[in-house]
Amino acid sequence: MAKESKTPLLDQLEEGPWPSFVKEIKRAAQKKDSAKDLLGQLERSYNDRIGHWKHGGIVGVKGYGGGVIGRYSDLPEEFPAIAEFHTFRVNMPSAWFYTTDKLRKLCDVWDKHGSGLTNMHGATGDIILLGAPTEELQACFDDLSDIGFDLGGSGSDMRTPSCCVGPARCEFACIDTLNLLREVTLEFQDELHRPMFPYKSKIKISGCANDCVAAVARSDISVIGTWRDSIQVDDAEVANYANSGLDIQSEVADLCPTGCMKWDAEAKKLTIDNGECNRCMHCINVMCKALRPGKEKGATILVGGKAPIVRGALLSWVLVPFMKMDPPYTEFKDLVRRIWEWWDENGKMRERLGELINRLGMRTFLEAVGLPPVPQMVSMPRANPYYFWDPEEVK
Amino acid sequence: MMAARTDFGPPDYKEMLPPVIVKNYGQWKYHEQVKPGVLKHVAESGDELYTVRVGSGRLVSTDWIRDVCQIADQFCDGHLRFTSRHNLEFLISDKKQVEPLIAHLKAQGYPIGGTGHAISNPVHTQGWIHCHTPATDASGIVKSVMDDLFEYFADSKLPAYCRISLACCLNMCGAVHCSDIAILGIHRKPPKINHEVVRAKCEIPNVIAACPTGAIRPDPKEKSLTVNEEKCMYCGNCYTMCPGMPLADPVGDGVSIWVGGKISSARTPPKFSRLVIPYLPNNPPRWPEVTSAVRNIVETWAAHAHKHERMGEWIDRIGWERFFSLTGIPFTMQLIDDYTLASETYRSTPAFKW
Repeated sequence: MAKESKTPLLDQLEEGPWPSFVKEIKRAAQKKDSAKDLLGQLERSYNDRIGHWKHGGIVGVKGYGGGVIGRYSDLPEEFPAIAEFHTFRVNMPSAWFYTTDKLRKLCDVWDKHGSGLTNMHGATGDIILLGAPTEELQACFDDLSDIGFDLGGSGSDMRTPSCCVGPARCEFACIDTLNLLREVTLEFQDELHRPMFPYKSKIKISGCANDCVAAVARSDISVIGTWRDSIQVDDAEVANYANSGLDIQSEVADLCPTGCMKWDAEAKKLTIDNGECNRCMHCINVMCKALRPGKEKGATILVGGKAPIVRGALLSWVLVPFMKMDPPYTEFKDLVRRIWEWWDENGKMRERLGELINRLGMRTFLEAVGLPPVPQMVSMPRANPYYFWDPEEVK
Repeated sequence: MMAARTDFGPPDYKEMLPPVIVKNYGQWKYHEQVKPGVLKHVAESGDELYTVRVGSGRLVSTDWIRDVCQIADQFCDGHLRFTSRHNLEFLISDKKQVEPLIAHLKAQGYPIGGTGHAISNPVHTQGWIHCHTPATDASGIVKSVMDDLFEYFADSKLPAYCRISLACCLNMCGAVHCSDIAILGIHRKPPKINHEVVRAKCEIPNVIAACPTGAIRPDPKEKSLTVNEEKCMYCGNCYTMCPGMPLADPVGDGVSIWVGGKISSARTPPKFSRLVIPYLPNNPPRWPEVTSAVRNIVETWAAHAHKHERMGEWIDRIGWERFFSLTGIPFTMQLIDDYTLASETYRSTPAFKW
């Protein structure tokens, strides 16, 4: 039986308008000693100003190389119920839609085997089940599998891909992000569940350049919906916006980064030079009743995005300016395989794709994946004279 | 014994969607913000879908999930969704149910907001609750910052939207490095090497390769490693590779503040957040130095930015020198980059402001 923890510091975080995680831990603690000990250890961290979890430890379930992360308290004698307190990463459905029936089943499984605490969701997108002892892991996974939940990624594998709300509830979506996500996740189950890469690899899918899942900032392979033809304009709705007080000149035309719009306030007519539009989404965001993405839709594929570890953060770079994205997404899946093959062959341990491209050169990468250089890939050409020629080209 | 079932993948989203979405999938025409926290999407068919967005603390109990399921059963025919930023969304096709739902949520204390020109729910990491490499807590700071700035979540009264994110170490689970305001846990002391643990548990070449500044060398005498402390900038990558190199420290650890990043390509391309405060102390439970620094930045931006101008766009227009003079944040040596390609951030024109 875990002892009562006195938690005067954490108790202060029960007050205030924002939801309190302390209340949540206390709710779980009414049923679970592990949640009670978690609260006690956290209070200790608030006093000590330092974490109290030990380094790593490999745990898992049969048939999987990832998806469960070992976590051990460094104060096991004081907090025995969290001596082992491992995490499940559970693969969420596309765009985080649920039926209440499905969620209740998940809660029942987690109350049976774990702490009753979760993250809805982790930053990568998984459902995080926070805290189960080693002996419960296999039984918990078996029960999860019975209710149709599989594991997500961890370690040096494809991490659980995620996508924005897409065509399920957004008129901006230029691709079916939910379906593409499901198809990619099912296609690469082995890569998701059995770490065998140099390091993690992330795929994130956003339906438009607003990029609601931050694909450009954190995914090795970023898919961002776009279009190739003209913005669809409803002139009557444009006039309605003007009549209802929107200052189209200052809020729309003046903020267009390419200056491709002209607003005639007298005629209440907006003219777009679509050849000069870079499809940034600003005007559509402000006037979505009147302006819509074009009809010839697809995605831009970018690569190399990542957070700082090891050699510094990178934003993804344009690799394929436009790719049609229709099921079964063969062109995209083939590209992913070619990228991974080159990275797997050449990457050092813990070297992400973007870092490898930086080390070996974009030229080498483009040749390896068989893509031609195009100006859309760069914001500007090089300013230094240090470049190579293939001897074959010099004859 | 039956072979374990593996690799069957996540639940099929098609079975999770409410009927109004199944019917109008890919056929949405436009949306509007009815009021802060409430969106209305209209389909080509004329069908309407109302979304009521509720902030969650990310760390939730199964009982909380059951509570929100009950609300979804009562008002939304048993469907709900979460957003990429830990919000919960109730989806309603019957307009008459919207106000009763809002009243019910308010009575139960659920915070409604996070849409339009607001501060959205901060993406954050585990912190001291469940991570083995944190330099600070995550949930406690987010709770404190959002309690303080709650009015900007509940209302849409900022010049543009503002994304605050927190990562408790440089691993940055989540995209905090491109946020309007990023709160990042940092260490300030080199690792303390435990030779015994290094010898027993660590792959020495991998630890050496993990150091971005080349500060780690073999120590043949100890069959272990040494750290050139002058080269170490405390990223913690060696500790991730090797438990014998802990660097967490109650005095060394704390919080840094970064501003001006964005992810969307609207108007201007995505950009990184930039360091403006190199260190604030870990001061639990409410981190007052952090909450007041964040409030100062938000309110200075709100007072000076044009409509639709994100934090980074505002700073690009006025210049960083003006950002520091307006916010009163002192400019220190740590803010000048000296890592790789640092000189891209140095100025090469005498045209600047005082």
